[in-house]
Order: sequence, then structure tokens, then C-alpha cells
Amino acid sequence: MSVGERDPHTGHMTTGHDWNGIKELNTPVPKPVLLFLAATVIFSLVYWVLMPAWPLGVSYTKGLLGIDQRTTVETRLSEAAQARANWSEALAEQDFGQIAEDDTLMAIVRHSGSTLFGDNCAVCHGDRGEGGPGYPALTDGSWLWGGEADDIWETLRVGVNAEHSETRIAEMLAFGRDGILDRQTVLDTVSYVQSLSGAMDGLDPDAVTRGEEAFAMNCSACHGESGQGDATMGAPDLTDDFWIYGGDRNAIYQSIFHGRRGHMPQWETRLSPVERKILTLYVRDLGEQAR
Amino acid sequence: MVGQLTKTERQFGLAIAVLVTLLGLAMAAAGRQDLLGVHGLIVVAFGVGAAFLVISGAHLPEPAKERLAHYYDDPIKVGIILSMIWAIFGLFIGVWVAALLAWPELTFDAAWSSFGRLRPVHTTSVIFGFGGNALIATSFHVMQRTSRARMPDQLSPWFVLIGYNLFCVLAASGYFIGITQSKEYAEAEWYADLWLVVVWVTYLVLYLRTLARRQEPHIYVANWYYLAFILVVAMLHIVNGLAMPISLASAKSYPIFSGVQDAMVQWWYGHNAVAFFLTAGFLGMMYYYLPTRAGRPIFSYRLSIISFWGITFFYMWAGSHHLHYTALPHWVQTLGMTFSVMLLVPSWASAANALLTLNGAWHKVRDDATLRFMMVAAVFYGLSTFEGSFLAIRSVNSLSHYTDWTVGHVHAGALGWVALITFGAIYAVVPKLWNRKSMYSWKLVEVHFWLALAGTLVYVFAMWNSGIIQGLMWRTYNESGTLAYSFLESMIAMHPYYVARTFGGLLFLTGAAVGFYNIWKTIKEAPAVQEETAPDRPATMPARVGTVEAGE
Ligand code: HEC
Ligand code: HEC
Repeated sequence: MSVGERDPHTGHMTTGHDWNGIKELNTPVPKPVLLFLAATVIFSLVYWVLMPAWPLGVSYTKGLLGIDQRTTVETRLSEAAQARANWSEALAEQDFGQIAEDDTLMAIVRHSGSTLFGDNCAVCHGDRGEGGPGYPALTDGSWLWGGEADDIWETLRVGVNAEHSETRIAEMLAFGRDGILDRQTVLDTVSYVQSLSGAMDGLDPDAVTRGEEAFAMNCSACHGESGQGDATMGAPDLTDDFWIYGGDRNAIYQSIFHGRRGHMPQWETRLSPVERKILTLYVRDLGEQAR
Repeated sequence: MVGQLTKTERQFGLAIAVLVTLLGLAMAAAGRQDLLGVHGLIVVAFGVGAAFLVISGAHLPEPAKERLAHYYDDPIKVGIILSMIWAIFGLFIGVWVAALLAWPELTFDAAWSSFGRLRPVHTTSVIFGFGGNALIATSFHVMQRTSRARMPDQLSPWFVLIGYNLFCVLAASGYFIGITQSKEYAEAEWYADLWLVVVWVTYLVLYLRTLARRQEPHIYVANWYYLAFILVVAMLHIVNGLAMPISLASAKSYPIFSGVQDAMVQWWYGHNAVAFFLTAGFLGMMYYYLPTRAGRPIFSYRLSIISFWGITFFYMWAGSHHLHYTALPHWVQTLGMTFSVMLLVPSWASAANALLTLNGAWHKVRDDATLRFMMVAAVFYGLSTFEGSFLAIRSVNSLSHYTDWTVGHVHAGALGWVALITFGAIYAVVPKLWNRKSMYSWKLVEVHFWLALAGTLVYVFAMWNSGIIQGLMWRTYNESGTLAYSFLESMIAMHPYYVARTFGGLLFLTGAAVGFYNIWKTIKEAPAVQEETAPDRPATMPARVGTVEAGE
């Protein structure tokens, strides 16, 4: 019943249908389309024969090549580990001193350490270990927990205030909030702490003296008698110019009034011993290069 | 609006509005301790609003029988405007999240404005808000025109349109306040999902009823595509949405699938949402508006058929290519990959069918930005389907997966194909719907075209670059066999591309805003057509015996 007409432009017939002015040509499917379809179907058939492809109830066709992603990834991983074995074994066996003296090993520590550090540590400690508010710089030579390789290794292993049974614990008490000291005394100790790093400008000498007394009573047990810090407790040196939380009056006041409890994750269950060794040496090296 | 509804329809409409209000009240009461309560209030607002609308028109006289000699276009008009509103909103949020990736501090110190919440607001608003409303509106237009029949009643199109927008509002507002199922493109929670099922089934029935009333012997291709879109989306939505709410008083639910099965169902859904929402539906749009605008017959009826069945068949299998190199068994990945490769043929056949239809009308493409929108859309459709099949190849995917290349690919499709074909269709249909000679300003259509094209190109090129660089940085080893770059370094390398992408998005958004203004002016000011030259009306004489239904 539908009668086609010839389209003057292409010379093809229409199908004779007309919908709201739309017509369709009866052009045959172009050859390339069919060829292309055949090619992709043949490709798929071949691929199905070679690779794991179709389910068979509880199993599946394994493919002639016997490839499976699980085994592929396992072989690749062990090959990669093999390729690294020449230096990773040396790193595992030698102690920090020996490695530090070996230039080839230190070259590996530097470039693989940089990626490890970027992926695991830089979010908190900064790209180059320069630190930021709340996160200590690792390059300033002023260490909370000691700067020897063994100290750093231990900090990495157990973390600080971390989820590890042996974690290091660092707790700066909330002297003001918990009512251990009144507000005025807190303010006095702030003045004293400021004076410790030589920032005497604008400080009331009486307040500093009062603060010194309060410090001896309340703070020196952790921060040391002269405020030089104590690496066994992670109490920072208050006499230098390096601050975790900031050295201005307000930041120091916040530290003393509300307390501080920095969190450094433990890495024992997350990074291998070799990786932690690399990082330990890398962190020390960062500091040396920065100075 | 309400004056066009019959008295019975008004009564039914009021009943539905009251029912929705009661449902909303129940949600608000049961969920008062939960975020569900907030959504209950939104539902109440919708219900009361709709009831108010119906009541305000209740006194109007019964509409004249004369109306049956015309197509029913009111819901289409509203749908087009809603679609443009969602476009502006969704694109704006898109530019915002793009900017956040370049400048993370560009946000408020509040949970609702965090990247993780804004991102689904963006995707939902553009895909479901903009795309979905455009599909519903144009499908109402196309199904009536190509069937030469008026819709069977006047209430169900409104129910579909308003109900669908209620779903979109529930979805988008939910992400802001922290309600999500955490399934990409299916984030809405169980009650919104259930509501969508009701709306969608009504939509399907409405479509079928209109087709049953058709005065043409055959069903035009565009309708096949729209039907595939409606039918398959219903199936995908229901299966992927199967979930158990933790309680009827809570917005939270858990999917019934878990682990790798859940991932597979999710990507079977996700990829077929691309296939049947973002492809089939818009192909339906293209098959109507491109030939009518070009004034040319479809290049090949046969090609239409094989591409339709090719697309519907192959797409169904392709979803697992989203899960290459994961816990998904290798054989499922193989199937996903090979079917994706075969899928290229019908995809390209569709694009070719569109472009070859333009033979004999290329001068129009040059002069008419509206047709050019559709032509470029077909080109992008071809490009992004090629890219899709290519990225589905496992070894290519090992480079591209998890990188911005995927994001670039999606946007070549979403901006280049989906949005451009929609804008083309909207510019074609707006003057017809509002009975105007043409758009208010053809120059502004031209401006919109170039902004949209430039925006898309800048976006896609930026993401190709950043994606490939990212992929290469992540797999580069140094001579000692450890990774050469940290993730952070790759992020730093992305910065310039993220800035470029934001700029591209901004161009695209500006274009859409220009379009919105132009459409608004067309409705308000453009001169009306005085006399109907070729009357745009349903057929009065039944062409087939036995298809005429009792009318209203
Ligand atoms: C979540 C943030 C965070 C991450 C990630 C992190 N750190 Fe720390 N790190 C800290 C904080 C906070 C401290 C200070 C803890 C304290 O109060 O004693 C610290 C302390 C340290 C110290 C002790 C500094 C000193 O002065 O004694 C070292 C060494 C260190 N980190 C190295 C690393 C390395 C190496 C990594 C990567 C493997 C790393 N950190 C990852 C937060 C972090
Ligand atoms: C229980 C041991 C302990 C006591 C007592 C203590 N501190 Fe601390 N203090 C710490 C530790 C540990 C930290 C580091 C906390 C961290 O890194 O999170 C610290 C940090 C600080 C800081 C911040 C340093 C920086 O670099 O930002 C200041 C300032 C400070 N203490 C002052 C005081 C003052 C003043 C007192 C006495 C009122 C005091 N502390 C008493 C353990 C102590």
C-alpha cells in the first residue's frame, strides 16, 4: 500500500512512509558497515576462543592461551620483586650506618623515598617535609622524638598517639580548659614561653617572671627545666624558633589552654620494613639537604 | 493550564495531589527523627502546590471539544522550560565542582558544599533534570506528531512531568543534606526510587496508549528509540534499585546485592543508563528533529533497523568494561570488552545515518545554527562511541581507567552529543510550540552554538591531556623498579588542565544561559505566526480500523 517515490537528490527510492513530513530512503545497508560488523564479530569469536569468556554453570571456558588475570598479576608482582631484589636485599640486611655510606644504595633511597614520601607522608608533612600548622617539619633539625635513624625508625613503626600497642604517647595537657591553671597564669606562662625563644619585645617582665615560676611547677617535668624539651616524652623544645602549632602569642595560648595531641599514624602494618627503612633514611637525608 | 483538563481529570488530579500530600505527611511524621522528615516536607510542598493549582482552576468551564482537533502541547512547553532551568543549575554546579578540583578552597566551610555532595548534584541535575525533562517533553511532541494522534488524556502527561521533577528534586536535595545510596547515577534513596517507578510506568502506559491511537500504519523509528529508552530504564532502575530500607522511618537503605555482584549490577545499570537514557532517548530525538529541520528523508531505513537492534542487543553486555582489572572474574571482563567492540558498528551506523541524511542539505547546515547543533552532535556521537569502544579494550583501559580520560570521554558524549542534540531540538521545537515564526534571535543561537562547541572542545582536550599524563605518570617506574611519581605529583601536574576544564565548562554554561534568554524572549516577544500554512494537527479520519479509542 505504501508507494515509494524517487528522491531526486540521491536517486534512491523512499519506503513510501510519511510521518509528519519525514520520509525514509530505502538505501541498502552500505557494504562497509557489513564488513565492519563481520570484522568485529570475528575478532570477538577469536578472542573468546583464546581467553576466559563464557560461563558454564559453575565454571567457564578458560581459553586456549590459559591466561587469567589473577595469575598474571601474581607473576608480574613476583617478577617486579625479583627485579628489585638486588638492592632491596641489601637494604634489608645492612644497618643504617652501612647504607648511608653506600652511594648507590643512597641514590635508590632518594628516588624511591621521594615517591613513598609523596604517597604516604606529604599530605601532613608537606611535599618536601617542610611541615605545616599542626604537623612538624622534618627538616629543621629540631626533633620531638630524636633525630637518630633508630629514633625515626621507631617513630615510623609505632606512630604517635596511634593505633599501635606500643605507640609513642604525646600529650600536652589542657591546662586552662581542665582548670589546672587559671587564665592569668596561663597568660603568664605564654609570656615566659615567648621569652624562651628570645622574643622579649612587648612582653611584661613581671608576667615573664611569674610565668617562669609557674613553668617550673607545671611544665618542666616534660619540657625540661630550661624548656629545651624531652625526646623521651616527645615534648618539644620551646627555646628554638621551630613550632608545630605556631609561635605567635595566640597559638601558644591555644596550646597551653586547650592542650595538644598530635596524631602520627603507625606504619608497621602498612609499609614493609624495607620501605620504612628507605623512609627513615630519606627523612634524615631531607633534613641534611635542607640545611 | 487547568482549564484544559476535563472536570473528571480535575477531580482525579486533586485526588492524586491530596494522596501525595498525605504520603508526604506520613513521611514527615515517621521520619521526624531522620532526614526522611525533610523529604516528607518537600513532598507535602509538591502535593499542596499541585492541589492549590487544581483548585484555583476548578471553577473554569469544561474545555471545548474543539481541543481534540489539536495536539496537547501544554506539558511539552513546561517540560522544555524545566529542562532549561535544570540545565543552568546543573551546569553551574558542574563549573563549581570543576573549579573545586583546581582550587579546593573555593567552597564554604559546610558539609553541603563539599565536593562529594556537589558532584552527584551536578550529575543528577544535568542527566536527569536537563536530559530527562528534555526527553520527556520531546517524546510527547514526537509521539503525537509521528502518530498523528493527540495524547489519550490530559492528566497523565502532567503526572509524568511533575512526578518526574519531584523525583529529581528529592534526589538533588537529598545529596545536599547527606542522603545517598552511594551508587553512581543511582544515588537516590529507596522512597524516591519507588516513586520513580510509579511515574515511569505511567509514562510507558501513556506512550503505548498514544501509539495505539496512531493514525499512521507504521511506527516511526524515533518512537522505537523512545520506547526502548522508557522500557529499559524501567528495568535497569528497578533491578539496580533493589534495596532494603533500615526502617520505614529512615531514608537509609542497603542494596540487596553485595560485593562484586553489587558492583556488576551497578555497572550493568550505569552503562545501560548511558546506553538507553543518554543514547537511545536522544537518538529518538535526533531521528525526528534532524530530518524535519533538514527537510531531507532519512538516509536509510534499513540502516536504522540494524543500528536499532544492534544497539539494544550489544549494549546490554557491555557494562562490565567498567570493572576491568578488578575482582570481577576475567571472563565477565572479556564479554564486556568484546561486546563493546562489536557495539561500535551499530553506533557508527547511527551516526552515519544521521550525517548522510544531511546530504542535499549541507547548505542549511552552514546557514542554520539549529541544524548545525544537531549535525555536530551526530559527529560527537560518532567520536565518543569510537572512544568508548576503544577504552573498553582491556589493555587500553589499563592506562585510562581511574584517570580524567574517562571524565573527558563522558563529557564528549554528554556535552558534545547529548546537550548539543537537545539544544538543537529545543531551538527547532520552541517556535513551533509557541506558534512563532522563528526564534527571537538567530544570532544568539549562533552565539550559543559557538560557545557550546568551544566549551566542549576545551573541556575534552584538557581531559585527554590530563588523563593520558595521569595514566602515564601512575605507571612509570624508575630504573630501580619503584614508581617514579607519587600521586601528589600527578595531582600537581593536573592543575593547568583543571583550570582549562573549568574555563571550558564556563563557556558551555554561558552558552546555555544565552539560550535560556533567547527562549524566554521568543516566548514573550517574538512575532506570532498569523496563519497556519501546513496545519500541525492530529489526523481526524481514522486511517486504520479499530485503533480509535473512546477519546476522553
Ligand atoms: C596524618 C598526618 C601524618 C602523616 C600521614 C604522617 N605524619 Fe609524621 N607526624 C605527624 C604528626 C602530627 C607528628 C607529630 C606527633 C607528635 O605530636 O609528636 C608527626 C611526627 C613525625 C615524626 C617525628 C618528628 C620528630 O620531630 O621527632 C617523623 C619522623 C614523622 N612524623 C615522619 C613521617 C613519615 C616518614 C611519614 C610517612 C610514612 C609520616 N610521618 C606521615 C603527622 C603525620
Ligand atoms: C605531660 C607532659 C607535658 C607537660 C606537663 C607540658 N607539656 Fe607542653 N607539650 C607536651 C607535648 C608532648 C607537646 C607536643 C604535643 C604535640 O605535638 O601534639 C607539647 C607542646 C607544647 C607547646 C606547643 C609547641 C609547638 O611547637 O607548637 C607549648 C607552647 C607547650 N607545650 C607549653 C607548655 C607549657 C607552658 C606547659 C606548662 C604549663 C606545658 N607545655 C606542660 C608535653 C607537656
